[in-house]
Amino acid sequence: MDAGQTLARGAEARQRWARWLAHAALALGVLVFALPIWITLVGSTHDAATIGRGDVPLLPGGHALENYATAWNSGGGTLRGNPAGGMLLNSAIMALLIAGGKIAISLLSAYAVVFFRFPLRMAAFWTIFITLMLPVEVRIIPTYQVIVNLDLFNSFTGLTLPLIASATATLLFRQFFLTIPDEYVEAAQIDGAGPMRFFRDILLPLSVTNIAALGVILFIYGWNQYLWPLLVINDRSMQTIVVGLAKMIGNGDSQNEWNTIMATAVLAMTPPVLVVVLMQRWFIKGLTETEK
Amino acid sequence: MATLNLSAITKSFGATTVLHGIDLAVADGEMIVIVGASGCGKSTLLRIVAGLEAPTTGHVAIGGREVTRLEPADRDIAMVFQNYALYPHMTVAQNMAYGLKIRGTPKDEIARRVAETAGLLGIGPLLARKPRELSGGQRQRVAMGRAIIREPKLFLFDEPLSNLDAKLRVQMRGEIRRLQQRLGVTSLYVTHDQVEAMTLGDRLVVMHQGRAAQVASPMEVWSRPADTYVAGFIGSPAMNLLAGTLAEGGTAVQLKAGPLLRFTDGPRAGGDGRPLTIGVRPEHMLRDGEAIVTVALDLVEPLGSETVLHGMLSSGEVLTARLPGMVPAVGSAMPLAIPAEALHVFDAESGRRLDA
Repeated sequence: MDAGQTLARGAEARQRWARWLAHAALALGVLVFALPIWITLVGSTHDAATIGRGDVPLLPGGHALENYATAWNSGGGTLRGNPAGGMLLNSAIMALLIAGGKIAISLLSAYAVVFFRFPLRMAAFWTIFITLMLPVEVRIIPTYQVIVNLDLFNSFTGLTLPLIASATATLLFRQFFLTIPDEYVEAAQIDGAGPMRFFRDILLPLSVTNIAALGVILFIYGWNQYLWPLLVINDRSMQTIVVGLAKMIGNGDSQNEWNTIMATAVLAMTPPVLVVVLMQRWFIKGLTETEK
Repeated sequence: MATLNLSAITKSFGATTVLHGIDLAVADGEMIVIVGASGCGKSTLLRIVAGLEAPTTGHVAIGGREVTRLEPADRDIAMVFQNYALYPHMTVAQNMAYGLKIRGTPKDEIARRVAETAGLLGIGPLLARKPRELSGGQRQRVAMGRAIIREPKLFLFDEPLSNLDAKLRVQMRGEIRRLQQRLGVTSLYVTHDQVEAMTLGDRLVVMHQGRAAQVASPMEVWSRPADTYVAGFIGSPAMNLLAGTLAEGGTAVQLKAGPLLRFTDGPRAGGDGRPLTIGVRPEHMLRDGEAIVTVALDLVEPLGSETVLHGMLSSGEVLTARLPGMVPAVGSAMPLAIPAEALHVFDAESGRRLDA
């Protein structure tokens, strides 16, 4: 065997080893991410007693239908539980309002900042930008005070409005608008399109993929809100699923109905997963492609 | 169809003045090419005519109507951009129709005009495509179509051919000229390419540092450049500019490089010793004649039917000559003759042309 063959053999072995390592790392990753979800899924198919004993079953049981029916219709536990159906609807309304509101407001403010010259333009932009450093949690007490004074407690307006005001989306749209060549604006000017016409006919169609990508991110952001809905909603009929789910877990005085909780958790996970799966093509397009 | 009148247009951006008073009268149906090196203000001038920039002072009138303060849309103009600026999400037909649609033109009228314009430009089969599915030349045609379809009073072209490859550029140049003559629309065309300028324009405006150095027909600009800048800018290779002084009572020039040349068209004003710049086009240089200079060649470019020689004179000045046929190799010193009848005489200080 000559030196060349030895070298080639060595390289091949190294490659095989590297492939194994890559697969092992991936498998470990899948396990870390998927196992909790699997346990939740499995847990939602057993009766309360099985989980109550302290076992963690890894194979599905036979009580799926009744668990999901309980979760959907009554929420199980008499005092704490809420029917998941209503809570899902509340969450959906909240997430859609937040995503839609944020996109609408940030499209318009980014449009103003990028395409118009007016006094204090950059000051306005930086003021918006600074709110990035103040997440909801930091300003939660003054915000709460404002909402209560405005009599928006226990309303969807009160629930969504403070979450809509944020700079992330404005910043993203601003960056995108800056990449749009001036010639489009000028061509539209010569074609006779006014500012709103340009916005509707040229800018919006060009932003569609960005809007879709941002919509997905913001929907999930809204869906996962916990602290603010917990504070501003105490009417049970307006409870969101994430808050409702947490409330189903008691303080230890009584037995938790883990089977119903798991079923509710699965139900809570489903809409964001659906949104991501259905919007995936647009989502990736929006993050990677530019149609110019 | 309309005239265009610019009077005393100036433009400053902060402390920088980019246009120093441009006056221009464009006749109905005329094609004016504004040519100059980058940064000379030619694009700014075009944008002022379009209404995309406001002049600092001065007036723009299209068809006798004062438009200085009007929006671009109200000026009845169309513009072809360097990168075409076709709306990427609209089809070719939608791109062409957009201006008409905004003006509220009836649908059937739009459809008729789109079909007509597409036929004129040979882009009929492309109407349903998006701009990204088109080649550079096709995009160029669509951009033209978008301008033509509105039947404007004035066409503005902002270096429309500079994104095309050389072959296509020559072809589109011809098409633009034919189309403009056929439609008879007054046009303003900005370019940095002197060949485009010479071939397209009825008249040229040669811009230099925010001023119109010369406004004249292409042949006039070539044969009687108004100053040394125009002389050096128009023509390829560039005109040779040699130092000299007035001699023999104004009837001749004593070149720094040696020979004395007698003016064939009459004496120039000024006393003997007045510093001059003498221009000679490389293609006018001869292999032999009366006024001989010796050129130390440092580069020979054979082009087949002719040869371009680059070299240095004894005075340290560079000289370029374009001679027919084959010519000796690099390194050799070569005698060349300057023909007295092909001289351009400029004042050395101001650079202005001095006529007899």
